[in-house]
Amino acid sequence: MMADSGSEDAAVIGNTDISSAEAENNLRNTMVEKGTSLLKKLEITVSEAEKRTGKNSVNMQETYTVYLIETRPADSGSEAGTPVPDMLWRRYSDFELLRTYLLVTYPYVIIPPLPEKRAEFVWHKLSADNLDPDFVERRRVGLENFLLRVASHPLLSNDKIFFLFLTDEKGWRDAVLETGFQDKVDSRLKSLSASFRVKNPDKRFTALKQYSDELNAVISQLLRVRARVADRLYGVYKVHGNYGRVFSEWSAIEKEMGDGLQSAGHHMDTYAASIDDILEEEEHYADQLKEYLYYTEAVRSVCRKHELLQYEVEMAAQDLAYKKQQREELVTGTVRVFSLKGMTSKLFGQESQEQREQRLAALEQGIQEGEELLKDKNHECQEFVQSAWKDIERFKEQKDRDLREALISYAIMQISMCKKGVQVWSNAKECFNKM
Amino acid sequence: MAVQGSAADLSVPVLDLEEDDDLEVFSKNTSVADGSPLPTSPSSMTNQYHLDREDPEESLEQNPEERERDLFITVDNPESQVTAIETFIMYRVLTRTTRGDFDSSEVEVRRRYQEFSWLRSKLEESHPTLIIPPLPEKFVVKGMVERFSEDFIETRKKALHRFLQKLSVHPVLSHSPHLKAFLTAQDLTPHKKQGPGLLSRMGDTMRSMAQSMRGVRGRAEEFSSLQDYTDRFNSTICSVDRVTQRVIREQKEYLDELRQYSPTYSQWAELEEGLSETLKGVARSLDLIGQETEGQVQELSEVLVPVLHEYVLCADTLKMVLRRRDNIQADFEVKNEALATRKVEQETLQEEVDSLADRLEQANVALRADWRHWRSSLRSDIQTSLLSTAERNVQYYEKCLAIWESFLLSQKVDPAQHQNQEPSS
Repeated sequence: MMADSGSEDAAVIGNTDISSAEAENNLRNTMVEKGTSLLKKLEITVSEAEKRTGKNSVNMQETYTVYLIETRPADSGSEAGTPVPDMLWRRYSDFELLRTYLLVTYPYVIIPPLPEKRAEFVWHKLSADNLDPDFVERRRVGLENFLLRVASHPLLSNDKIFFLFLTDEKGWRDAVLETGFQDKVDSRLKSLSASFRVKNPDKRFTALKQYSDELNAVISQLLRVRARVADRLYGVYKVHGNYGRVFSEWSAIEKEMGDGLQSAGHHMDTYAASIDDILEEEEHYADQLKEYLYYTEAVRSVCRKHELLQYEVEMAAQDLAYKKQQREELVTGTVRVFSLKGMTSKLFGQESQEQREQRLAALEQGIQEGEELLKDKNHECQEFVQSAWKDIERFKEQKDRDLREALISYAIMQISMCKKGVQVWSNAKECFNKM
Repeated sequence: MAVQGSAADLSVPVLDLEEDDDLEVFSKNTSVADGSPLPTSPSSMTNQYHLDREDPEESLEQNPEERERDLFITVDNPESQVTAIETFIMYRVLTRTTRGDFDSSEVEVRRRYQEFSWLRSKLEESHPTLIIPPLPEKFVVKGMVERFSEDFIETRKKALHRFLQKLSVHPVLSHSPHLKAFLTAQDLTPHKKQGPGLLSRMGDTMRSMAQSMRGVRGRAEEFSSLQDYTDRFNSTICSVDRVTQRVIREQKEYLDELRQYSPTYSQWAELEEGLSETLKGVARSLDLIGQETEGQVQELSEVLVPVLHEYVLCADTLKMVLRRRDNIQADFEVKNEALATRKVEQETLQEEVDSLADRLEQANVALRADWRHWRSSLRSDIQTSLLSTAERNVQYYEKCLAIWESFLLSQKVDPAQHQNQEPSS
């Protein structure tokens, strides 16, 4: 599915006066247009966030936030008005559980990331507190985005557990635990050692891993720089607020210049105040970058899974080769490969014919099993590579599309900021003219 | 020396401008500074008495810049001079004029800071209640500014230029013989030896300090309000100056961070295929934005800061001028009291009192007139520099706007479209 030329004219970029809420809406619409069967049926939103207190697993009082997931039939554009939606509350840890389930169940899919657990890359004025209302709000948006991403994925959208997550408040948890997905989680140690020891990784995956690492580094760098720039810009704007105060003082002692100074001072106050909205909007852009930053981890995950499978194939092949080697030795009586049995028989004398035949039979059995295993592993690996690569292509197109739109909306934001600047300083100029 | 005709010709103003009627007064005042007795009587002053004329509008229209200027001075070409004892900078002072009392229409001399300082002192002595324009500071205390750094010399040169500019359009000071000597004499040394020396000036300071302790009894309301204004102006202008310095500092720090933006986007572009062009476009745009920002920061330092700085220094001058006027009044009051209480030497005392009364009157008139002149300069200078700053900021944002719009165009997006939704094909 190639990116169609229509994407260049997609909704969000036509309007330079677009707000971040509208941009969010447009993104959602883009996903809906792509149309999975789930999204054709259901409209999904995360509409609210609330604070709750309760006892946690160690019986301590804690405060946490819950999010309201609303689902309603998609074709509710009738004149009858919007029907009452189905609603349920979930907390962040529920989302985490869902995601882990998806990671394990669809290891060849690049699973959409959750919004950050803790505020990162903050510029100093922005709160890093998880209970801060702005943070909660941005998280709400991020969670909705996550659900929509999953809902618009050709494979993930059909998952039953996902559907239950959206519709069954009480029963979902049991259902997900019943799948036994936790048993399928690869141990970290296993996957780490696989990374080191795999001999013939698929070159495409190696390249992808490298790309994802580099992308991660560059987006992190970008987010850090952005935070510092935001900090500084905030300083510039706010300091101009002092002009407001000082011009006001000055206007009190000047007869002719007074009015001009006073009104110019007001414009300086306006200028200083405008930075809050500007940076609030820019936060939205930062969130879009962050999503792809966290996506790189999901990509890495898929690459790791491939390495693991590849490693298992190689191990199976190696094991098989070794067994075959042993059989050959046993048959021909030559010892080419060191084995304890071989050594002991050399030391303690030949084994009996019966023993030999027993061993041979066992080996044959092992070889057969080994060949089955190798076939399975190979098959598993190949299937994985095929499915994964399909999703990777899909992901690449999505990434290019989304990030291009994000960059364009960043430019639009800058234009809006410049327009405000022109306005304010033109007004100030008028005041100075009248001095 | 003076431009006007003989001292007896009182009724004909020399320059065809209302404020300059006061010039008549000063042709006599120079002799006061030299210590010789004042030949006139108080009544002759009433001809030139302009206290009752309250027309600030008119006096504003007589903006120094709008008068017929006949004296043009520039300061440029700083060059360092090395002697056995010291190293210093000489500035070229070029004068062009149509005035008859100048020997030629164009004169060039080289002067050092010390000599500018001499000029200002002489002017202060001769015209104690005039608001003499300030000189740039002798030393720069804050920051490790090298005395001979390019920036420092450039800033000082511009300030010296402003100093002479202001003098050249001043109704009284532009005709000072000291100024003329400064502008024309190839060697100032003989001139430097004239007039009350350092010691006598110190004597004056002691006396005036003693008297300011005593206080001024009958200070008119108008001068009290000038005092009040001066105090408040002083703190206000210092605040404006401080805020501006702060703005510059913040902008510079912003610029430093901004400069890291573009390279990061370029780095990213290298990783990407489809996204590469867009990322490069953003990097390019940010580069251009950085350049524009650099220009904008510079503007503030070059236009607004020097003007604010000058008026910060002026605030001190205003204080001193008001104090000197107060001292002259105190002098008069002391003698006047003596006249009332002492029975002997009545005639001598009466003469002294009369002359002091004259002196006071002249001082007040001079101050008033120069206050108006100064206020008009203030308004003009502040307005011009603030306008320039605002204009520059407007231009800055317009240029940045254009940069981003051009980026959008390169992405085949029409920035002028305002439709919310476009159907994707």
